[in-house]
Amino acid sequence: MKARIIVTLRTGVLDPQGKAIESALKSFGLNGIGNVRQGKVFDVELEIADRGEAETVLKSACERLLANTVVENYTIELS
Amino acid sequence: MRAAVLVFPGSNRDGDVARALRLAGAEVTPVWHTETELPAGTDLAVVPGGFSYGDYLRCGAIAGRASVMDAVRRHASTGGLVLGICNGFQILCESGLLPGVLMRNVNRRFICHRQHLRVERTDTRFTSAYREGQVIDVCVAHGEGNYFADDDTLARIEGEGRVAFRYCDASGALTADANRNGSLNAIAGIYSEHRNVLGMMPHPENFVEDLVGGTDGLGLFQSLAA
Repeated sequence: MKARIIVTLRTGVLDPQGKAIESALKSFGLNGIGNVRQGKVFDVELEIADRGEAETVLKSACERLLANTVVENYTIELS
Repeated sequence: MRAAVLVFPGSNRDGDVARALRLAGAEVTPVWHTETELPAGTDLAVVPGGFSYGDYLRCGAIAGRASVMDAVRRHASTGGLVLGICNGFQILCESGLLPGVLMRNVNRRFICHRQHLRVERTDTRFTSAYREGQVIDVCVAHGEGNYFADDDTLARIEGEGRVAFRYCDASGALTADANRNGSLNAIAGIYSEHRNVLGMMPHPENFVEDLVGGTDGLGLFQSLAA
């Protein structure tokens, strides 16, 4: 089983990198670009067959290391 | 005063902080991050500055989960002293020993310059050699020093008098110019609930000898060694 974990900054938390990227995109003259927020993606290969067990392990991974929940949210996608 | 200076892959200010501690009269033992205990009789655990694990994932995130940090948590929970400077402050926040997080500087630049700080209180083990409200001249060098905490946490820190230092100008005024990394309430350093843990972004260990331009940082180490 494989998983993709997406970590993003919580709403309201300032994202200077996202702002810099947003400014760069807007400087190209691209129409319709609004607010840009930067996040992180982790692709994880799992040696677990059970989906429930995989979710439990990944949730622990997110809470303990992959996301700082003071400022970040995470989502787990299993495939 | 027996101090243990932790060393992680990528720590680079461990030698400087050890030198500052020895100048103030402390005995210093370096402790590698894979250790599971601090040396017997340790009074103070120091988490030095640097770029532990190359700042991978988030600054201080991986070091904050190292086995030696379990020992530091036990040390702190029984009232032992802990000092984290720069990357050390980031590690203490990531390890859960201090609340909040150090975000990317608001101006998106690595800042590296002399910095005035206002000493917020002098009744702690870290600041007794200073005068209340004293403005000290030290240094900052970081890209992620923008202190952030949620509203409730920030209100608790302020309400409990847990701000150790604030960024200020030479006269002690809290100006926007003086707070270049954008920290909430110009916070440069905070204490734990019982004030036995201090995390700070600026480097007091840079200014402990006249030879390098200042000695205002020495007071922190003298307070600890007193």
